Amino acid sequence: MAAFILRRVGVMILTAFFLTLIVFFLTNLFPNLEKLAKTQGNARMSDADVVSWLDNNGYGGPMLLRYGEWLGVVPGWTRVDETTGAITGRCIDFGMDPADAPRFCGVLQGDLGHSTVSNEPVSDVIGRRLALTGILMGLAFGLMVPLALVVGVLAGMREGSRLDRGLSTLSIASTATPEYVSGVILIALFASTAVGVSSTLTEWGWLGGDGWLGDRRTLFLGSARSAMNGITFWNFALPVATIALYGMGYIARMTRASMAEVMTAQYIRTARLKGVSFRNIVLRHALRNALIAPFTVIMLQFPWLLTGVVIVESMFSYNGFGWTMVQAASNNDIEMLLACSVVAVFVVLVTQLISDIGYVFLNPRIRIA
Amino acid sequence: MEPLTWTGAFGTVLNPLMMLALAVFFAAFLANFVMTLAGVRAGQLEINDDGTMGLTRTPVDLALSVMKYAVLIFVLCCVGFIVGGLVLPTFEQKGILGGMALRLLPVWIGLVATFALSITFKRKLGLYGKLFDSPIGMIGFALVMFWIFAAIFAERIATHGALELISAMRHALPGTPIPASDDGDFAYYFLGGDNLGRDVFSRVFFGAASVLRIAPLATLFAFMVGITLGLPAGYIGGRLDTVLTFIANLVLAFPVILLFYLLVTPEIVTAGIPHYMSMVLFLFPIIFLVILFNSRFHTQPMTRNILVGVSLVLGLLAYFSLISDRGATASPIRFWPEALDLFDIPGNLLIVFVSVVFVNSPTVFRIVRGITLDVKTRDYVAAAQTRGEGPWYIMLWEILPNARGPLIVDFCLRIGYTTILLGTLGFFGLGVSPESPDWGSTINEGRQLLSTYPHPALPPALALMSLVLGLNLLADGLREESLKD
Repeated sequence: MAAFILRRVGVMILTAFFLTLIVFFLTNLFPNLEKLAKTQGNARMSDADVVSWLDNNGYGGPMLLRYGEWLGVVPGWTRVDETTGAITGRCIDFGMDPADAPRFCGVLQGDLGHSTVSNEPVSDVIGRRLALTGILMGLAFGLMVPLALVVGVLAGMREGSRLDRGLSTLSIASTATPEYVSGVILIALFASTAVGVSSTLTEWGWLGGDGWLGDRRTLFLGSARSAMNGITFWNFALPVATIALYGMGYIARMTRASMAEVMTAQYIRTARLKGVSFRNIVLRHALRNALIAPFTVIMLQFPWLLTGVVIVESMFSYNGFGWTMVQAASNNDIEMLLACSVVAVFVVLVTQLISDIGYVFLNPRIRIA
Repeated sequence: MEPLTWTGAFGTVLNPLMMLALAVFFAAFLANFVMTLAGVRAGQLEINDDGTMGLTRTPVDLALSVMKYAVLIFVLCCVGFIVGGLVLPTFEQKGILGGMALRLLPVWIGLVATFALSITFKRKLGLYGKLFDSPIGMIGFALVMFWIFAAIFAERIATHGALELISAMRHALPGTPIPASDDGDFAYYFLGGDNLGRDVFSRVFFGAASVLRIAPLATLFAFMVGITLGLPAGYIGGRLDTVLTFIANLVLAFPVILLFYLLVTPEIVTAGIPHYMSMVLFLFPIIFLVILFNSRFHTQPMTRNILVGVSLVLGLLAYFSLISDRGATASPIRFWPEALDLFDIPGNLLIVFVSVVFVNSPTVFRIVRGITLDVKTRDYVAAAQTRGEGPWYIMLWEILPNARGPLIVDFCLRIGYTTILLGTLGFFGLGVSPESPDWGSTINEGRQLLSTYPHPALPPALALMSLVLGLNLLADGLREESLKD
């Protein structure tokens, strides 16, 4: 078991190394750097100016060396200005005495650098945004997983029944509705002044003016911007529902398949023949075994949620992690984008690891030699 | 001119009827639910003393049949609107639904013809024919065929051009007549105008054409890559398998959205990365075809030479036409002679295509590898090995045909997934081009003013959903029918 976990962790570290290297390579291509130089320095720089600006700011040198500096295994660059004698360097923050500066400053030392757009330390920004996204993801997960498991178990306990067919069709419909579609439909239904539930309620005099929710004219809010200061049901229900809806169908279908398989097992038949009630068979005998396979699926849903979070955060203008990533990518904010991808890759790999190890723990039939 | 109503002249009769059917359906559903909770069971077969069988009926059965008839009435009302659109003389009487039904006439004809032919000959059509035994599969197939016909006849269905804009029609509501329209132009915007005053209805169908041109082809390419790499990884195994699986997992661990942002940003396109990727990925179909023919016909040199030669010449011609583009500065391949450069793909389209293929292939690789590991233990593989067949013959002519069932099902699912991916790209403004009518880009444009003007974003959203739903249902039907063998 220990050897198995060690090997998985080893593969994980290797994967993380390659992935960050690829992201580093893609974000530090010369056109990106040229654009960075022109936005930071002067928009009309000549090619020679660009090269000297890049050299002065530590973007010269071979790519692998810079990757090492970013990672924190190669000493950060330092440079002495020939005219003033001032020392600048990767690890020397503004106003810091060069003698106090650490030799290494990279991801391994916990230094993610500064945003090239807002000049804030990346780790501060990312931390703040991750907290916001954590709330969104947590609520979505908390809604999605129990609902999906209930739907899957109900559908799978009597395979082929009317209930099964109805719920299965619903799950297929949910997997066919990506976030940007369900978001549009939900906003049109519940958060639009022109059509849907809100306009009907306004006509009835329940909303707007002296209505039920003050002078607000829509039931739910189409933007979750206010949720960053205080979450209410009305401003956070739509984003959470949008994320939960797409992921739900897949987990429900996996649970259904697993449940249906368990229900045909020999020991379930034995229990039935012994006269155990159907309710007890499902709750006591089938459920535990049926939930092993969905566990893996649920863990592997985290990376998928990431895409969903990016879409939903852009759609409902909620400035969380996904929104930051989109902004960093479109603003050529290299350090920020690198940090975002480190976080994303980390989430994906850790959930994969947990799902692998958890599967072995949960399923006593699997033995790792 | 008066704006069109949604349902036109038939609406006065059919609208209340539809509402009634809906109300009855929900009432019966609730009643059924409450009765089931209260412990009333559906009727069961009973064997009488004289040996006959009887079916008892309970209130639950009654509620179920009421639900069934309510659905039937609802569907008949929908058909009524379509018929109304075809029969009634003026657009005021047809209404928006009827008018759209009239424009979709080629689609209806195509659907009816496809279904009539397929159901008549379903016993002779193999797996495809069996699809018509499963209601779920039939609904899925109908949805998919609807969009395929809609894409084929997009020019004929559309009432206005994809980029034609009338500034007076900005944010126009569905059914608005065009002020001071000429005789030649179509007089209404069926589903209203978008933020620039373009016709939403026409753009949905041009969007269908654009989506259905990319998604199936991209999925096919991903399958070629996945099969060409997955078969040897599963069959030969060893170090090759370790390396390929590691690479596949690497791509799979990459968050899709980040990958798209990295690949599609202008700086990376200038550096030529997507072009190099396309050079690698587009080689796989040629490799696949050459190995396919060579492994089968290498004992008949004449046939082999013809087949391999044809696929090499055509494949390389298409390959170089595809990747070489003298106009684009980003393209690294410039040496290919102009005369042989048959077509140029607009830069952005190529990039979108490559990214979608790249994201999809590792999953296909994993599926093919898994099936190969399973199938290679079968007796017919052992028999082929004993006969002394080469490894590629066994992989491509023994294992692959026997893996087709799950692969066909996954192909349907994956087209749906590719459609969603393309939509995601469009949604972030990374799509084919900003003014492209594809669904993702249209949703992206429409979402800015979603709470005040939801009508430009809703039709493409519903269109995308119905196409993907159709593909998923079709895959489900195919899976069920292929398991029955």
